[in-house]
Amino acid sequence: MTEATTGTPALKQGFAEMFKGGVIMDVVTADQARIAEAAGATAVMALERVPADIRKDGGVARMSDPKMIKEIIGAVSIPVMAKVRIGHIVEAQILQALGVDFIDESEVLTPADDQYHILKHDFKVPFVCGAKNLGEALRRVGEGASMIRTKGEAGTGNVIEAVRHARTVLGEIKHIQARPAEELMTVARDLQAPYELVRYVHEHGKLPVVNFAAGGVATPADAALMMLLGLDGVFVGSGIFKSDNPERRAQAIVKAVTHFQNADVLAEISEDLGAPMTGINIDDLIPAERLAARGW
Amino acid sequence: MTARIGVLALQGAFREHRAALERLGAQVTEVRLAADLDGLHGLILPGGESTTMARLMTEYALWEPLRAFHARGRQLWGTCAGAILLSGEVQGAPPQFGRQDSLGLLDVTVQRNAFGRQIDSFTTGLDVRGLTGAFPAVFIRAPAFARVGEGVEVLSEYEGQAVAVRQGRVLATAFHPELTGDDRLHELFLQGCLTPA
Repeated sequence: MTEATTGTPALKQGFAEMFKGGVIMDVVTADQARIAEAAGATAVMALERVPADIRKDGGVARMSDPKMIKEIIGAVSIPVMAKVRIGHIVEAQILQALGVDFIDESEVLTPADDQYHILKHDFKVPFVCGAKNLGEALRRVGEGASMIRTKGEAGTGNVIEAVRHARTVLGEIKHIQARPAEELMTVARDLQAPYELVRYVHEHGKLPVVNFAAGGVATPADAALMMLLGLDGVFVGSGIFKSDNPERRAQAIVKAVTHFQNADVLAEISEDLGAPMTGINIDDLIPAERLAARGW
Repeated sequence: MTARIGVLALQGAFREHRAALERLGAQVTEVRLAADLDGLHGLILPGGESTTMARLMTEYALWEPLRAFHARGRQLWGTCAGAILLSGEVQGAPPQFGRQDSLGLLDVTVQRNAFGRQIDSFTTGLDVRGLTGAFPAVFIRAPAFARVGEGVEVLSEYEGQAVAVRQGRVLATAFHPELTGDDRLHELFLQGCLTPA
């Protein structure tokens, strides 16, 4: 028997693989975490306010109180994720010390650094980061992210931006696959992405890590749409606990992600869920309210 | 003869198992509903979240069809969460769950998250009975078999805890062979599937 090793890229990326075909749900209390786990969430994202409330309240949104994160860790057996501000190295160190299973370096919180993201290779705990396009996704992977998600537009209940980001990333991947090998350095220059990762995408036709949907998923049909487009799983933020019947909606979204190819199942589970969250038209947001523009 | 193998595709790392099986020449079906089990020689229950998979198995009435599949002489293999689903008894579920549902096809008590949280996840070389040379074992928030019944053969142990076991046609590993590119355990499983019960 050889020595055990921890915190390797293989362990961090392998862990991310286990979330595939699943739903990760935002929760703000231990009770909500229990509801999410019982409904079949593959993980919960512990935060103080869901994105819809962060939008409404304004002010600076920061990492959650460790006390609240510990309560949620104590309440459920599934993995617990939590968010840090973009570039906030110390918030990430604190979450790692708390035993959080995954860190989301998230544009939903107010950025701490407008230039630099966290060097995620330095941590034993894996990170997920948002991306609007392939260059951004590969820069985050280059820094050590073990999972990528679309940024979408969090807290709007409007799936259009998540669809846009998913189609952009997946379309750019297909485009790179069609390029001859000698063009890849120029592709890397144009994308502002690491050359080795561009070569990986060219060879494998996918990101080097799992690719999830986030930012605006509000219904089972939204979740199934993101899976149909080719993503690996779904984050639901405000969409569950800002709806009329969170428990039913959570259960339905879990089923929708598994049975996304089966319209009969989708029809059945979409019935009588109560009102979804109200939602915001993206065109009504002024540029400063667009969270997806945070980070680069 | 080509082995026809199902991979339970409710949630988790089912694509990796599919890829390993296809490398070995098996014909693979993704199983989401009971009808998908028809005509299969064996089934792999992958890693992922056992609570998520158990909920979907209840919603789509998969428990009895899977037990019947086993009773018909078919082979089953669970990795990590899949191993939890095969077990007789599950420990480590939060109290609000009461008793976590499982198939009861393996006379073991499984302890969820036996080695800690993600920060404690690890890889190590493991001796596995029936394989020559260490197997690269990936343990991710892994379970362990805390109690092993009399008819259950322990194939591998780590720090005194059973992490790979077999009982008749049921194989269970606490770790993730599908993440390693080492297909020896998949090969072993396929051989079992093609041997008449």
